[in-house]
Amino acid sequence: MDTFPEALAWAIFLLPVGCSLLITLALATGLLRRGQLRLAGYLTILVIFVAFLLSLWALKAVDHNSGHALSYTSHQWLQFPGFSFTLGLRVDGLTAVMLVVVTSVSLLVQVYSQGYMEGDPGYGRYYAYMSLFTASMLGLVLSDSILFLFVNWELVGLCSFLLIGFWFHKPSAAAAAKKAFITTRVGDVGFMIAILIIWTHTGTFDIAQIHHAAVAGGIGSTTLTLFALGVFAGAAGKSAQVPLHIWLPDAMEGPTPVSALIHAATMVAAGVYLVARFFPVFAASSGALHTVAWIGAITAIIAATMGVVNPDIKKVLAYSTISQLGYMMLGLGSGAYVAAIFHLMNHAFFKALLFLGSGSVNKATNTFDMRQMGGLRRVMPITFWTFVIASLSLAGVPPFSGFYSKDDILHAAWNDNKILFALGFIVVFLTAFYMARVIFLTFFGEFRGGAPHHDHWTEGWTAIPVAASEGQNVHDSSAVAAVLRAEEAHELEGDAHGEHEVHPHESPTVMLIPLVVLAVPAVISWLVNYHTHWFGDLLKNALPVGTPERTDEVVNWGLAIASIAMALAGIFVGYVIYQARRGLDVTMGRLLRPLYVLFMNKWYGDVIGEEIIARGLVYRGVAFASETFDTYVIDGVANGLGMVTNRGGAVLRRAASGEFQAYGFIFSAGVAIIAVVLVVIARTS
Amino acid sequence: MDDITRFLPELIVLVTAGLVVLVDLFVPDKRVLPWLTLLGLAVSAGWTVGLIVAGGQGRAFGDMLRVDAFSLFFLFLFQAVAAVVVLSAIDFVGQMPDRQGEFYALVLTVATGAMLLSGANDLIMIFISLELTSISQYALAGFMRDSRSSEAGLKYLLLGAVSTATLLYGMALLFGLTGTTALPGIATALHSASDNLRPAYLLAATLLAAGFGFKMAIFPFQMWVPDVYEGAPTPVSAYLSVASKAAAFAIVLRIFFEALGDSRISSEWANLFAVLAAISMTLGNVVAIQQRNIKRLFGYSSVAQAGNFLVGIAAVSASSGRFTIGASGVLFFVAAYAFTNLGAFLAIIAISDAIGSENIADYAGLGRRAPWLAAILAFCLVSLTGLPPTAGFFAKVYIFNAAIQAKFVWLVVIAVLNTLVSAVYYLGVLRVMYLGESKAEGRVRAGLPISFGMAVSALGVLVFGVAPGPLLTAAQKAADVFAVH
Repeated sequence: MDTFPEALAWAIFLLPVGCSLLITLALATGLLRRGQLRLAGYLTILVIFVAFLLSLWALKAVDHNSGHALSYTSHQWLQFPGFSFTLGLRVDGLTAVMLVVVTSVSLLVQVYSQGYMEGDPGYGRYYAYMSLFTASMLGLVLSDSILFLFVNWELVGLCSFLLIGFWFHKPSAAAAAKKAFITTRVGDVGFMIAILIIWTHTGTFDIAQIHHAAVAGGIGSTTLTLFALGVFAGAAGKSAQVPLHIWLPDAMEGPTPVSALIHAATMVAAGVYLVARFFPVFAASSGALHTVAWIGAITAIIAATMGVVNPDIKKVLAYSTISQLGYMMLGLGSGAYVAAIFHLMNHAFFKALLFLGSGSVNKATNTFDMRQMGGLRRVMPITFWTFVIASLSLAGVPPFSGFYSKDDILHAAWNDNKILFALGFIVVFLTAFYMARVIFLTFFGEFRGGAPHHDHWTEGWTAIPVAASEGQNVHDSSAVAAVLRAEEAHELEGDAHGEHEVHPHESPTVMLIPLVVLAVPAVISWLVNYHTHWFGDLLKNALPVGTPERTDEVVNWGLAIASIAMALAGIFVGYVIYQARRGLDVTMGRLLRPLYVLFMNKWYGDVIGEEIIARGLVYRGVAFASETFDTYVIDGVANGLGMVTNRGGAVLRRAASGEFQAYGFIFSAGVAIIAVVLVVIARTS
Repeated sequence: MDDITRFLPELIVLVTAGLVVLVDLFVPDKRVLPWLTLLGLAVSAGWTVGLIVAGGQGRAFGDMLRVDAFSLFFLFLFQAVAAVVVLSAIDFVGQMPDRQGEFYALVLTVATGAMLLSGANDLIMIFISLELTSISQYALAGFMRDSRSSEAGLKYLLLGAVSTATLLYGMALLFGLTGTTALPGIATALHSASDNLRPAYLLAATLLAAGFGFKMAIFPFQMWVPDVYEGAPTPVSAYLSVASKAAAFAIVLRIFFEALGDSRISSEWANLFAVLAAISMTLGNVVAIQQRNIKRLFGYSSVAQAGNFLVGIAAVSASSGRFTIGASGVLFFVAAYAFTNLGAFLAIIAISDAIGSENIADYAGLGRRAPWLAAILAFCLVSLTGLPPTAGFFAKVYIFNAAIQAKFVWLVVIAVLNTLVSAVYYLGVLRVMYLGESKAEGRVRAGLPISFGMAVSALGVLVFGVAPGPLLTAAQKAADVFAVH
């Protein structure tokens, strides 16, 4: 078991690919009928279970190799003159950790989906997408070349697009899918340019060779920085870092298990993985490293403030995800490569658990609006307790896993830059506060009625015009007041909703098992990196020798105690506002209205991103340019020349009128201009 | 091996065209016509295979016509394209029983001209072949007797006349400068010409580029494209978008690399093509975003793709070792594009026939109403965008690689950015089909022949995308024809 044959590594990637193809084919040919759709789920679960076992084996083999990459050779696929395209896998400590995280979370999410997606007419299609996603995510972490990585990178993006828009008959879902696709594309432009840069300078796509070139100083510092920034642009798009964060909250339109797997645990962490994968390059460029750290810290705090005010449980979790991804970037930017991946792993488990928990709550109440929940701890004990465990882990309370990795990151930031540390430190408070808010609003107090109607095969969204949670913006304070009044009303009329037919209930066992299983790593996954160098060595040996990297061996007790105090303070304030002194939240909202408006409007990021840049500059700009060309050049020439109009047959009129002559004129003018330019150049050269 | 044997692939197609007209006159059951046409193309392809097996490569008719790896590559391409177009047109032409013969005969004469063009090695031969294929195309564009089609045909004819005139000026100038119409002779004369004559040669090159630029559909000779694609019958648009463009690129490669490839002027025309490439793709893509009509969208897309092909022509490096990478890139791209665009157009024909609209908005919900048609169209659009695992992806990688080797990094950056812009409208159609709310209900189905044509095209796109090796080898062999310089 100490070696891991390459064929099996390929199997990890190809099994889910085959599974996806098989389901698609069976659906397209009608072999898989309505009643047999469950088979698609069983097959996916089986395949991912096998991939999970293989991943464990891979981890074992890499461990035996003390984290160094297993010696696989890349396969020549195509040979162009001066350019060869190879396909190969790289299994080292980083890959093995990611493989285990991805397959384990994916496995549990697939099990959970059996309950969550039950009866959905798109059940088969859902599993086809999900296994394709898992395959490309695994391919992404397995790739040994940046080009093959990019192919998988685009594939996970495509799957994300398909799954966000899974309920495409909901216009909001279709719009969210489009927004996600376009926003991440912006980052990918940078990534593509980075690939082009590295290839023109080193002539290779191979990750190991790029590593060595970076460590050995074989690449100029400007080139290195440009490459690193390009890679980071791609990473920032996928990992929803400011200013490309705007797509992730909207992406919550997808089914909740999708949010758990793709938009919390794995795909959005791919950006962090990418930066970690090219960490030697970043480490060689202080400019790039600082950019990563600053963007990460700013993202962490901005997203956390938005999470504090949103009434929608799933969106709070989305903002929390953005914020935590910012943390990981902050860790990487501070040089704490191991801590960042440690946090990525812990986060994958507890955040997936939180999302699955919110899905369970949604099944019970038909809504994600926390103002319509309350008191659920009595009827949904398992959901409640697992949710609390994950929240404590996220909030950074020991001995839950989130505390340890977050503390490592803060420690690194403290040693790197005090301002960055301060930003991260405030986020500890905010995180604890918004999670306390979620728990008290959702599980404590009295049940406030849920949403009466379950939208057909979609997750129920509340009809209450909560502007901010529907992707619009609260523009004036009267709208804010309306929101506040609505909150107030719900607080007061808590009991008046008895006539609703919603009777919250615990979710089916098939959904509870994943919750319970995920709660285990949410508590203990930190053990892998405690008082042993095992985890750190595993990851560090994935880097070439000589990569500067920061692992703080000594525990800084002062920092640890301070951050625990900060987390407890957050929870306490949350408790006071949302449990002990009910109604205080409305008062606070009134008092801090400017902040409230700013946070509800998501710091106007959507306005700037969508309205001004996308719609205003890009779309209008393009439209203006092509219209101007059409109006002034084509029509102008047409009008200028089109004095002679043939009044003969209707056919001849348009063809023989100005339009044709304009075309002819442009043709001749084009020839003349080109000829003059060329001849002049030829004369002077 | 004698001249006629080498000329037979073209001759068989031409004779078939005559046969089709005759059979149309005397046989009452018109359903035999498309199959007779396909049979002729198959025999021609069989003969071409025979030529390769028998080692029939060489010169014919006093070096007027060449049979080499380059022309053989295009012979197969044009035979395949014509066959797919025939398959796509069976239902369409079937609605006009009295004119079926003309249609198929014209398809065959277009193919004959294009095939001759790929082997033509003399200005006279080039001109005749070009006119044979062009005039047949004008007739096809105006084939339907409604105003849109007639307008398209007329516009195409009138502008085509302008381009022919320009081309003739260029040829006349070249003949005046060199005293010969044979391409090798021109190359020799250019090599020993005095430096004073360089501007004159460049002027000739410009005029030739403009004349062929019309057929290639590159800026600033592209204005006719959307109008004609929209107005012409859709099978004809499909044919024009592929055959006409491929033939033009074939002859441009032959003339510029064979006759005008001397390093004294090649960097100038390479730069010219690079600039035109950048403008063509940018203009085509930006304007395509605005289109509501699917055929107009493909018109502008065709301009943008022509820009991509041009990148390969521009990638002529001074060092002779790399001379052919760009050329082989163009060949691979042309073949990949031919299959992709035909697949897409065939799907459009089937869809438009069934739903009676060419508006993209009306494609909403086709993902459910016509899963196979939508899937094929989607797959071809993905290939046009240049995403894996399709032929379009490799074509782009290959041709961008060629441009980088030739130090045209700026052009590649523009091309990559353009790829992203093009994703907006290509994938936009996908979005409408799969995420749009459908207004009508009911399954949309396609006839058997056109389905077969689509399957062949889509299979080609997939195979060349996953295992491009054989096609790549063929393209490299074909381009090696120019490696002697």
